[in-house]
Amino acid sequence: MTATIPAAPSRPRLMKGNEAMADAAIEAGCDAYFGYPITPQAELLERMARRMPELGRVFVQAESEIGAINMGLGAAATGAKVLVSTSSPGMSLMAEAMSYMAGSELPILLINVMRGGPGLGSIGPSQSDYFQATKGHGHGDYRVPVLAPASIAEAVALVADGFEIAARYRTPVILLADGIMGQAMEPVVPEYRTPIWDTKGWELTGAAGRAPRVVRSLHLFPEELERHNIQLQAKYAAIAERETRWAGEELDDAEIVIVAYGTAARVARTAIERARAGGLRAGLFRPISLWPFPSRALAAVAANARAMVVVELSAGQMVEDVRLAVDRTPVFFHGRTGGMVPTPREVVDRLRIAWALTGARA
Amino acid sequence: MTTTPVGGRRIVYQRPTLLTDRSTHYCPGCGHGIIHRVIAELLDELQLGPTTIGVASVGCSVFAYDYFGIDFVESPHGRAPAVATGVRRARPNAFVFTYQGDGDLAAIGTAEIVHAAARGERISVVFVNNGIYGMTGGQMAPTTLLGQHTTSSPLGRDAAVAGFPIPITEMLALLPGVAYAARGTITDPGQIGKTKAMLRRAFESQLAGEGLSIVEVLSTCPVGWGLTPTESMAHVTNEVTAVYPLGVIVDRRRAATRKDGS
Amino acid sequence: MEHATILSGFGGQGLLFAGQVLAHAAMLEDRHVSWLPSYGPEMRGGTASCTVIVSDLPIGSPVVDVADVVIALNPPSLARFERLLRPGGLLVVNDSLIEAEPSRRDIEVLRIPCSALAREVGDERAISIIALGGAVGRGQLVDPESVRRSLTEGAKGGEAAVSRNLRAFTLGLERAAAVSV
Repeated sequence: MTATIPAAPSRPRLMKGNEAMADAAIEAGCDAYFGYPITPQAELLERMARRMPELGRVFVQAESEIGAINMGLGAAATGAKVLVSTSSPGMSLMAEAMSYMAGSELPILLINVMRGGPGLGSIGPSQSDYFQATKGHGHGDYRVPVLAPASIAEAVALVADGFEIAARYRTPVILLADGIMGQAMEPVVPEYRTPIWDTKGWELTGAAGRAPRVVRSLHLFPEELERHNIQLQAKYAAIAERETRWAGEELDDAEIVIVAYGTAARVARTAIERARAGGLRAGLFRPISLWPFPSRALAAVAANARAMVVVELSAGQMVEDVRLAVDRTPVFFHGRTGGMVPTPREVVDRLRIAWALTGARA
Repeated sequence: MTTTPVGGRRIVYQRPTLLTDRSTHYCPGCGHGIIHRVIAELLDELQLGPTTIGVASVGCSVFAYDYFGIDFVESPHGRAPAVATGVRRARPNAFVFTYQGDGDLAAIGTAEIVHAAARGERISVVFVNNGIYGMTGGQMAPTTLLGQHTTSSPLGRDAAVAGFPIPITEMLALLPGVAYAARGTITDPGQIGKTKAMLRRAFESQLAGEGLSIVEVLSTCPVGWGLTPTESMAHVTNEVTAVYPLGVIVDRRRAATRKDGS
Repeated sequence: MEHATILSGFGGQGLLFAGQVLAHAAMLEDRHVSWLPSYGPEMRGGTASCTVIVSDLPIGSPVVDVADVVIALNPPSLARFERLLRPGGLLVVNDSLIEAEPSRRDIEVLRIPCSALAREVGDERAISIIALGGAVGRGQLVDPESVRRSLTEGAKGGEAAVSRNLRAFTLGLERAAAVSV
């Protein structure tokens, strides 16, 4: 339904999040897409269904999210630039293959347009897959970089970044959006960047003229598997060192700092505007990489703040990482669940409570 | 098989070039070694080694990639047909086969094999059916015969509790996306030759872009069955083939050719 | 300056399209904009709504708790969204389908027989564009010319649809100018 309005190059286009992310992947040179219909990300699949075959690229609607992610695994093993997208319940089904791909060190970009849970939950927007994305999905000692856009334009940029991080570190990367980021329309300037994609000679092409290669996660001898794990952890340390991202708004004089990502950060922005109009100096710390979590930067910001208020579309997940990062600054939380979105008014109320319950910074 | 004269003597039997010089971890009397060899011979004969990407599954054959001199990707349990789909679609010129056991293909991986077949993916499936979960200690598989004793059906498989053996290759043969489906075994050189012919037809079917091809190979698990290797072969011949009959189940190209009268 | 408009009514009344037209028109004026549809279960029940925010600064929450303009094309929408209007906000009511009087006294109400006018235009789906004309005329959300440009550039269904929509928009504008509040 979007992009019915043609515009001159570099003029912004009004684009739906799901479709903008699909286009961004295509412009990033995505070779293959696999998916399964689920609200609220179906438009992404539909967009790829139309555009990928036109470009002679691979599109398969799989029999399940399990099928989709494993097709992604197979295509990624050949060095292809692969996108898979889903929403929360589908992400749960993909957990197994995520673990295999982390173990096999395969690059892939996975978009989760989160909806309310647990179980079948609702199709409303949610951020209740934070734990899943940053701490878990599958079994084993592994981490996956998680990028969270707070606007459609940022989602477009992060698609290219996500591919690049995936290839650079041979790792799955999750772009964690929510129903609002998927369903809303915002202006996007159609300027894309081609991510660096270097497979460096591990990809399967058929063993013509070289030694055979095997892409696998199985290392049955404990000594060998431990070596593999140590190497993975070294990689994760490098990612944590180099790929931590966050953004701040109005932090310079902020006494109360909201910590929020994605749609919650947008709500926070409105709340901060209102709070400041009422004389309360609030600011925003917005993690963009949820793993690696910007703990050090947050701790520095917290050191100057009277209180922190974490806002999420969840019962409180990222707040745990905030509490781990922050030293003595009190941390408050406001969240809505089930597809409900916190209102700016609620957030302002919470800011006032935080103000009332804390003392000025010495 | 190579029969090049060397120093006045003819080599009548040797390791296929695409089998690595490595002892397998398979138990004595296990059929995997024979099936690996037949596949390696065929890949040699069809000159497919340089373009093949194998898809390994989970089960005893999980280490298949150690024994073939070709590119291989591991897949999660049962997902090999989905992984193979991704490989084949991303690399249309690759020759792609999966190597799956009966637990992998006929239990946990039913959705993946059925839909790969429905899509008519240009892949070949080597389906090794020995009616048991060998790797995990001999538990009942979906293909286990009625009355068969396993570690998870200690009193024998009872249909009232555990249902019936699945003739999954026949089920798959119903799908128009399946170009070729057949069942062979490895109980004696004659049967091995027939199975090799089936696999050749399956591989050629993929090369011709006809659709998914599958060859079920009835194999043995002497350790899991509690039989000697010889007894195991006899068990396949006498008991297993009665439930899973040997032969070509569907060959859509030949069927079409016959219909044309040519 | 930030302006939030909620368009609400039955599915099939062209609401989401009208919202996109408004958002696109604002974008043509180089303003920040967001368009958010209701996509939850209520959509399956036949009612639809979308929120359009137009701003001179980057937009915060795409979900609003206060609206400057509400367009209500059917009774359930009036009941649901009237309370979100800020005092002094504009309520555009489809007079053809809504008999009830709005309960608020601190808002501006513009009644337009959108369904009847849509039949005049010859397209039931023009109803939302008529209401949009009313909102733009009265609420000065964007320059009417931007809306005309958006309708011309963005419409599907060829020239006939474009001219129908342009006529519908003009009818709405005229009502906004003519009807005393």
